[in-house]
Formats: sequence, C-alpha cells, structure tokens
Amino acid sequence: MAAYALAGPAVLLLFLLFFVPVIAVFVIALTDWQFGAHTFAFVGIANFREVFGDDGFRASLLNTVIYVLIVVPGTVILGLAIAMLIESGRSLRAFYRAIHFLPFMATLAAMAIAWEALLHPTIGLVNQTFSALGLPTANWLRDEVTALPVLAIIGIWQNLGFAMVLFLAGLKSIPRDLYDAAEIDGADLWLDRFRTVTLPMLGPVLMFVVIVVALRAFEAFDTVKVLTKGGPGHASDVLLYTLYRESFEYLRTGYGAAVAVVFLVIVVALTLIQARVMDKRVHYQ
Amino acid sequence: MRAGLDRKWPMSDIHLHHITKSFGPTPVLRGISLAIDHGEFLTLLGPSGCGKSTLLRILAGLEVQDSGSVRIGEGLVDGLRPKLRDIAMVFQSYALYPHMTVAANMALPLRMRRLKFWQRLPILGRLMPGARQVSVEIDAEVARTAKALGIGHLLSRKPGQLSGGQRQRVAVGRAMVRHPAVFLMDEPLSNLDAKLRVQMRAEIKDLHRRLGVTFVYVTHDQAEAMTLSDRVAVMLDGELIQVAPPQDIYADPDDRRVAEFVGSPKINLLDAIVRERGLADALGISFKILSDAPPGTALALGIRSEAFHLSEGAGVNTLTGAVRLIEHMGSDLFVHLDLAGLDHPLIARLAAERASQIALGQTLHLSVNPDRILVFGQDGKRLRSSGSAETPKVTPIRQFAL
Amino acid sequence: MSARLSPQAAILRHAVLLITAALILTPFVWMISLSMKPPGEIFREHFAFLPQQWYAVQNYRKALTSAPLPRYMGNGVLVCAAILTLQILICAPCAYALAKLRFPGRDLIFGLVLIGLLLPHQVLSLPLFVLCYELGILNTYAALIFPFVVSPFGIFLFRQVFKTIPDDVVHAGRLDGLSELGIVWKLMVPMALPAVIAFSIFSVVGRWNDLFWPLIAVRSESLMPPPLGIIAFANEEAGNDYGPLMAAATIVILPLVVAFLVAQKWFVEGMTGGAVK
Repeated sequence: MAAYALAGPAVLLLFLLFFVPVIAVFVIALTDWQFGAHTFAFVGIANFREVFGDDGFRASLLNTVIYVLIVVPGTVILGLAIAMLIESGRSLRAFYRAIHFLPFMATLAAMAIAWEALLHPTIGLVNQTFSALGLPTANWLRDEVTALPVLAIIGIWQNLGFAMVLFLAGLKSIPRDLYDAAEIDGADLWLDRFRTVTLPMLGPVLMFVVIVVALRAFEAFDTVKVLTKGGPGHASDVLLYTLYRESFEYLRTGYGAAVAVVFLVIVVALTLIQARVMDKRVHYQ
Repeated sequence: MRAGLDRKWPMSDIHLHHITKSFGPTPVLRGISLAIDHGEFLTLLGPSGCGKSTLLRILAGLEVQDSGSVRIGEGLVDGLRPKLRDIAMVFQSYALYPHMTVAANMALPLRMRRLKFWQRLPILGRLMPGARQVSVEIDAEVARTAKALGIGHLLSRKPGQLSGGQRQRVAVGRAMVRHPAVFLMDEPLSNLDAKLRVQMRAEIKDLHRRLGVTFVYVTHDQAEAMTLSDRVAVMLDGELIQVAPPQDIYADPDDRRVAEFVGSPKINLLDAIVRERGLADALGISFKILSDAPPGTALALGIRSEAFHLSEGAGVNTLTGAVRLIEHMGSDLFVHLDLAGLDHPLIARLAAERASQIALGQTLHLSVNPDRILVFGQDGKRLRSSGSAETPKVTPIRQFAL
Repeated sequence: MSARLSPQAAILRHAVLLITAALILTPFVWMISLSMKPPGEIFREHFAFLPQQWYAVQNYRKALTSAPLPRYMGNGVLVCAAILTLQILICAPCAYALAKLRFPGRDLIFGLVLIGLLLPHQVLSLPLFVLCYELGILNTYAALIFPFVVSPFGIFLFRQVFKTIPDDVVHAGRLDGLSELGIVWKLMVPMALPAVIAFSIFSVVGRWNDLFWPLIAVRSESLMPPPLGIIAFANEEAGNDYGPLMAAATIVILPLVVAFLVAQKWFVEGMTGGAVK
C-alpha cells in the first residue's frame, strides 16, 4: 500500500494536469463551448471544418511545414558537419562545442530581440554587411518573402548546437576499429570512410536527431511572437502562434482547441514514428 | 578446401629498424628492431600496455612511428597508407561493418582496390562501364574464399546474426580475400570463449600452413604464442626482451622478466649469493649452479615447477618445507610448499601418482639438478656459464643493420 | 578518424570552425556591443564593435531601473526553484514505486507516464488556463508554477536510474529501519544524484526560457519571468532605445550562459538527457 501513497500524488497530478486537459481539448474542439460560458453543445467537426476552411490556418500550417523543411535539413546537415569537424581533431574540442551549443541555452525571447537589432533595416549588421558586399538588402522581418526563411535561419542557429551534441555522442560511440579496418581495406578517401563507416553507424542517431529537431521546429513560437507576430499578413504564421493567438488573444476557444488537436496529432505521430524507428534501427540485427 | 588458395602469394619479409613511438610524454616503444622472415609466424607477446599493439599498428600504417623505419618485402613503407602496404589485419573486435552482409564485408577490400571511385557510387556506379564485370569477379572470389573458410552459407547474413566464431572467420575471410603478403592479427581470439579459442587457434595455425605467407600475431596469451608461433617476440615496457622459438622462450629465457612472464604456474625465484664459483646460497641452503659468477655476486635462481623431484632428505640443491596446498590437475599435482625465509609458497609440479604419498602439513624435500636452475644476475639478465655442459644457445635475434 | 590530420587539414579544421563559431556568436556580440553604445553611435550607419563613447554604465543602469528587471529575474528564480523542488518531491517517490515496488496497476501508471511524455505542453494550455481560472490563481505565482509540478520526464528518468540501483540497497535500507520515503530520500536520490542534477538543469533551463505559458498565465508586470519581462520592456521602450534593451537582454541570458560555461558537461548531459540514452 506504500506504493500507492508514494505514486499517488504524482498520478493524481498527472491526471489533473495532463490527462484531463488533453481530453478537455478534444471535448472543447467538438463543442461550441466558449470561455466563460456555462452551457455547451456538441457540434461535431464544425470547429475543424472552420479551421481547415480558414485561409489563415492553411497558411499557418503550410508555413509550419516549410519552416520545418528548412530547419530540419539545415540543422541536421550543419550539426553533423560541425560535429565531424570537431571530432576530427583533438585541439579546442570543448571550446568549439561550448560556442556552438550556446544558442540552445540562451533565452530565445531575449536573443530574438538581439536578432531584431541585427536584422534592423537601417542600423542592423546584416544590411550593413550586405550593402558593403554589394548584396541586396531587405527589411527582412517585414517582407513576406523573407520573414519565414529568416525565422527558419534563426531556428537553425538555435538548434544547431543541440544536433551537434547528439552527433558528437554518436560519433564517439563508433568503434575506432571500424575506421582502422576501413583504412586497411583501402578506404583512403574521406568520402569512402564516411560512406562505409560514419554514416551507417550514425544511422540511428541521425534518425533520432531528425525527429527531435522536427519536433522542436514544429513547436517554434518565441521568435514568431517577438519578431513578426505571424506577419506580414500570414507570411510567418506558424501553428503554435495561431494556437496562441486564436485561443488567448481572440478567445476563439473552439477554433483554438481544434488547432491544438491538429498540432497534437502531428507531434504524437512524429514521436511514434521515432519510437518505431529507434526500436528497429538501434542495433543492426 | 584448397579452392581460393591457389593464387600466388607475394614474397614478403619484414624489417623493423629502431622504431620509437611516444604518446605525449609517455614512451610506448623504445627502439624496436626486428626481422621477420617471409612465411614466418611471429608472435608479439607481452602484457597489456607493453606496446605490442602499437607496434602492429605501425606495421599496418595505422599509426606513424616517431623514428625508425619499416620495410616490407623490397621497399620501405614508411609514410605509405595501409592500402599500399599489401597487408591485411584481423582486429580483436573483428571490426566487421555491422550494416553490411558478410559478402559485402568481404568484398569491400576488393571493391576499394579494383573499382574506381565513380564505379563505387551508390546506384550510379553500377551503370559505369566495366563496373559490372569487376563486381561479378569480386563476388566469385568472395564466394570461393568463404567456401574455403566454411562460411559460404553465411554470405547473406549480417554480422549481428553470427556467433563469435563465425564472425572471427568472416574477419579472417575479409583479410584473406585479397591475398595480402602479410597477415596482421591483433588479439583475434580474445573475444572467444575458452573452448572456441582452442579450436580457432588450430584453424589459424592451419591457415598459416596453407597460405605460407608471413603472419604477425599480437597476444597477451602465452598459450597462443607458444602453440602458434615459429618465433615469439616477448615485449615488456616498449622493449623487445627476447625473440626466440617458443621452446627457447620457455626453457632458455634471456631475462628474468621473460622467465616470469612465460610459464604457468609462475617460475619459482630465490634470491641467492655466490659463495664460491659454482656454488650459491639461498634460504640457507647450498645450490650447485652452472655459472661462473664470482663469489659475493647477488643472483636470482629460477626453478620451473617441473624441475623439482622428491628426495629422501635435506642436502645440497634440496629445499625442505611443509605442504600448504595440493592442487590436482589431472595429469599433474601442483604442490605448494611453505619454506622458511620465503614469503610466498614454492610451487612444484609432481606426477599425479604421487598424490597418495603427500598430505597437507607434511614435510617434503625437493631437489633440483644444477642444469635445471636458471641463473639471473642482479640486472635481471641471464647468466650462462661459458664452459659448462649446457651450451648457451645463441638465440636468433636477427638485429637489423642498415 | 582522429589524430591523423595533416597540418593543412588541422588548420582548415580550425579555420572552418572559427568561422562557424563567429557566425554563431554574432547575435551575442552584436547584443553586447549595442548594450555599451550611446544612442548616437547605435544609429550610425557603419559598424564598430567597441563604442567610441563608453555608455555601458548608463545603459545597464537604465535597464535595471527603468523596467523592473531585477523583479523579473527574481520571479524567474522563484518560479524555477519552486517548480524544481515540487517536481523532485512529487516525481522521485513515484519513480521509486515504479522502479522498485511491485503492486497492481504499476504498468498502467508507467504507461500513463509514457503517454504524458508524448504530450506537448502547449496543447494543454487552453484547459490549463481554464483550470487556473477556476482555481482563481490566474495572474499569480501559483499559475506559473502549478501546471509544471509533475514532470513525466522526471518520473521516467528517475525510474530508469533507480532501476539500475541494486535491490539489495533497498533491502538493506529496510533492514536498517528506513521507511519507504526514507529509502527514497536517503538512498535512491543521493545515489542517483547525477541524474537528479541533469534533470534539474533540464527543468530550470526549460522553465527559465519559457515564454509561451507565462504569456498566458500572468498579466501584471510584477509577476513576469524574464522572457516575458524582456518583451514587455521591448514593447514599452518602443524598441527604439536599443542600448538599455540590449543591456536587459544581456542580463536575462547571463545567468544560464555563465552557468553553462562553468558546468558545460552537466548542461550538455541535462539538455540532451534521455535523448542520448
């Protein structure tokens, strides 16, 4: 009985703070309940129909996908490249690792403000450098073509170190013997060794990093809130920002809940894929 | 059985000249010179950390020596990548590529050598002119080698699905498939269980006999070194102490450390002082020894456990003590004897039939003939008598001279 | 893979890594640079890292006095400390029960923990907002703390680590007269200290940097944690008084960055914990 006393508080709170709310999200999404109302009626998928019929939401969903499709490859490829560069030598490893990991630690809301100054159309370093080099300048965060890609670059900047650290751990766990064997077998070219040893041995870690970074990219919010507020228009609107705005600024409860359900489905699907893949691929059996 | 082995294997003797290597401030190899004949099976034997693996890796080209030179066959190979040295290596961990099938593992060294870079490209490579033809040849050679090693039926499996012994064979197959002039083996049996180790030991010996090429084998296991080798090179602390055939390493060690490292149970060592020429005192007992050391010289007398025989009473060359422990080993008895003045027991190996005559606590007299006593000087070097019946063997350490 | 770089390759490695490091650091450098400049220099259209006229003291003083920045920081510390303490108090006993005790429903509870692990917190924000409203704790510290007092990740991580501690330790504890809770706090938690530290870093970094929930849960400035405070500050100052704003941003990121640089290994472990497992 001691067990129930020990686990009880946690289980109770898990229900109160996780399971009741998640059920509530589905219930709210299927009803016409409004915040503060005392009655509600089931309206089936009306909220979802409204959400998917809304150009703003469709733009937001598409933007999120584009954002993820920029951030994931950018983060993974750069993270892997930097991890391999760091691992290829002995000197200054900790130094490089620390610097590249720094953005992942730093409060993103505060760093977004630094990025805003950096991207300022007249006094920002980016435009000053670009015009000095004869490259085109822009009002990066106010231009509907550049706003989302710029946010994605900030996303890469932030998550790069996280991917790098995971890759470093993965690279460390590759037995050195395999590289020796590859050299004896004649894999003299870097690309040959990369293809025979590094990439296949890193396979499971790679899959893992892809999913984890994708999950983080889907949850992008802070930079959008601070830098663009989803604008101009809906040009940089993303799912979580839509969720926040509709639920808490416009108080469209049913709409917000429906967005939350869509978001949840995507995140859970990604996590389950990850669990499946990890189960299968961790060991080459 | 002989399929795949009928190809001409190139000549290759190996000459190491004064190899040194340090890792940071720690010297690992302190000037190793060694000549290995073509077709010889040479074992580098030593405790872990003695530098034997580093020496092998330098030979392979995986590590670069700080100074000294390596010659394989006709040419110096210093600075050459492993690929160009005509060597193959079997690793302790086997180092099989876990994501590739056995066939792909074995084919890799051939593909790397025979296919051009663009022919090895993933999908596209197969379309390149000539790639198909070469691939077919490679597959055939892999199949032949696999068959010769009795792993033909495993070609489509992945390493994770194989037993330890099978993986070992695949690793050997990957080394064999391209007919290298030299086989390097780094503790290839140490991940196997005892029974399989004995079996694979025999297979490696047989492989060497069939291929007739040079094998350099690294191990810390003296049984492997003794059973496999033409010659054993004993390494301690980055130095070669003795290079000799196994029986000489055991029976005629040059150095106290070699005598101690080789042989189980460990050799018995007694501190002694020469009283007069040919006579030394240890533990208050006089020993006739075959040594010319002048009186007053401090010595260590090394006596192998099997050099003792039971005798009736105390006397010259006879140790007396109480039986502390009797170990029955089947064919032999190991008798541990407490001696006055010795803080560890003396171990004697006696015939098993003696068991009925020996009881715990009983006092035993063990004698040893002078020619069975190995005499070591204060510096650990073996002291041989010049004019004695025992002819000092000139152990064939062929120092490499430029 | 390592230690065989030729001198040219080694130089190239440093060159490339120094360039990427410089790019990574650019926002930090820019932020610090602006935080030391007077308005006149900030709006000049060419770049110099160091100010001609040192204005750091004025900017940082303004950041610390014109907005309740110290208050934001204090709120952050208070909220993070409260959340972490409660998380450990609530999660460790549950993790112990899941790892070492046998009771009906154990697997079910562990299954719930795993499902909890799946749920992104933002999805729950709407019902949690309603819950806090019903409890009357909106716009209080309690609203910032309460939704996070139980952490599925904490339970999961502690359970995994407790499982590696031999059962004999538990048995010995019982023989020595420890209660079950005594076993948790006197044996399990101290023995799992590295995991506890890693989790603490994970928790504190996550809460300190969180913007989403505070944005929903509190309105009054006096309760704002640093991320929310800094954007309130940015909005008030109309984003034009860059010097003090950058000084404020620097102050907000400083505690974690310094802690990270001091205890790099722990932070990397904490932030990737469970990930690498």
